[in-house]
Amino acid sequence: MAEFNSSMIEDFSDIWVFCEQRDGKLMPTDFELISEGRKLADQRGSKLIGLLLGDNVTELAKELGGYGADKVIVCEDPALAVYTNEAYTNVVCDMVMERKPEVLLIGASNIGRDLGPRCAARLHTGLTADCTHLDIDMNTYVDFLDKNSNVDVASTTFKMEDVNMKMTRPAFGGHLMATIICPRFRPCMATVRPGVLKKADFDQAKADACEIEVVKPEINAADIHEKVLEVVKEAKEAVDLIGADVVVSIGNGASKDVETAKKLAQDLADALGGGVVGASRALVDAGLMDADRQVGQTGKTVHPKVYVALGISGAIQHKAGMDHSELIIAVNKNENEPIFEVADYGLVGDLFKIVPEMIEAIKAQ
Amino acid sequence: MKIYVCVKQVPDTSGVVAVNPDGTMNRAKMPTIINPDDLNAMEAALQLKESEGATVVAVSMGPPQAGEMMRELLAMGADEAVLISGREFGGSDTFATSQIIAGGIHHMGIGKEDLVLCGRQAIDGDTAQVGPQIAEKLHLPQVTYATEIKKDGDTYTVKRALEDGYMTIQVKSPCLITCIKELNEPRYMSVEGVFEADEKPLTILDYEALKDERLIETDTIGLNGSPTNIFRSFNPPVKGQGEMLQGTEKEMAAALAEKLSAKHVI
Repeated sequence: MAEFNSSMIEDFSDIWVFCEQRDGKLMPTDFELISEGRKLADQRGSKLIGLLLGDNVTELAKELGGYGADKVIVCEDPALAVYTNEAYTNVVCDMVMERKPEVLLIGASNIGRDLGPRCAARLHTGLTADCTHLDIDMNTYVDFLDKNSNVDVASTTFKMEDVNMKMTRPAFGGHLMATIICPRFRPCMATVRPGVLKKADFDQAKADACEIEVVKPEINAADIHEKVLEVVKEAKEAVDLIGADVVVSIGNGASKDVETAKKLAQDLADALGGGVVGASRALVDAGLMDADRQVGQTGKTVHPKVYVALGISGAIQHKAGMDHSELIIAVNKNENEPIFEVADYGLVGDLFKIVPEMIEAIKAQ
Repeated sequence: MKIYVCVKQVPDTSGVVAVNPDGTMNRAKMPTIINPDDLNAMEAALQLKESEGATVVAVSMGPPQAGEMMRELLAMGADEAVLISGREFGGSDTFATSQIIAGGIHHMGIGKEDLVLCGRQAIDGDTAQVGPQIAEKLHLPQVTYATEIKKDGDTYTVKRALEDGYMTIQVKSPCLITCIKELNEPRYMSVEGVFEADEKPLTILDYEALKDERLIETDTIGLNGSPTNIFRSFNPPVKGQGEMLQGTEKEMAAALAEKLSAKHVI
């Protein structure tokens, strides 16, 4: 594989998606990435290929076809049953060096964020972390900017023939959005936030038509220095933020009495038909709420029917995780907070006083 | 045993963010802090030093002002501090940054018993990429998202957080581990520590000092060595302001309930 040179960009083609499996099951993010990858492959006029590593996982591959993969390359080996950084990095990089994909997408899970940077460093290419939006075609990108930014696209000149993947993510602690490109090296790599991209409808005919190639990778035991002793699933109180119809989140405004605020938030969620309590990064970073409740760029992305933000200022970092909610209600003491810019209904005041009134009024309807 | 702890001085993005006219963040106008996850890495290093004996070296890449942060780390208990600083390193993305830091660590030497600890990610970029990329460039095994680190001889047993639980991984030194806040509670500087910090070595490694390292090439460091570029940065549009409800708490709540009912939300 001595001929691999990441700067020979004309040698690279096709869109690849690394499909993560845990315990022999595909992750929900795989379907989101395959669905998005399909759009990118169509924009580029290239193939969409899934890359699946594991042991006895070939039968999972067809399902990926149902969401748009033209082909799935399955690397089967007992050493790939459970993720280890070294074995996975070796196999992914070997496959990339051999086949030269133009784009490689990876879900930004704790495993994807362990694997992606290591592969990018070995392949000498760029990796953009935690993307929330991807485009290849310039028309699609300009259309995205028009709808989702303050850029006046009509008076801006764009190089319409640009075919670099344009990777958009919140930047600078989430106070700004940035679009990143990797113009000089391939593959262009991105990790993508789980729950952000929409899954396509499953199509059985496409699943049946999907080509499966099984590869037996070369894994040298001497190259593997890490040993997984155990993998433990924690039966935590399941917080299903992503699937909830109602999410009531609390932020800094709740910090003086988080327990009471949490109870009020849950009661409000119940009054609205049942839902879960989320939190802003500030409360999670302060150790006042569990990380699995965090909504935002570094937490979870939610799109419930109703999202209520209690005492949350609304940094881009937070908005990135909730601004696609169908209906947004914000309560904050300061009427100038940016959360009111995305709210359908704004209530200015102390959440500890307003929320009990809200619960009572909603119950009275 | 030498423990390198990689740290970054970051703007405190939890407060008010100063923005330049062109929409980029005005770092000069913002207060800086030691990146929170990096403090967990430092604490882990100091605990290993106390139980096993070690030399703790804080390593950072940044502008000369980051020297103040290095003094704080010395006051916390680090034995040495090394600031990699130079114009040639400016504008680096994660690839180029890890190239430079790995070059710096390689320059100082990494032995069989040594360890590199990093925070999982920095709050200004949130990429979590520099740790694993340093590991790759130093050919070290890595464990990320550590919530527990146990040492037995040259073997580290690390509990690694997953979204739905954890996995326990064994690696031998030398290796690189990235730390998250669940790992420990970082200590504060002590008064004694502050006095001692002035006596401890704070070394600056500039481009001249590192230019013979194999990792330090002009086309792998700085802006020119960065595979990724910012294509465009922008603010999201201001969504058409929703409706601000008026009146007392009770009146606002009643108005909201009526609107939700009219929309069949409740």
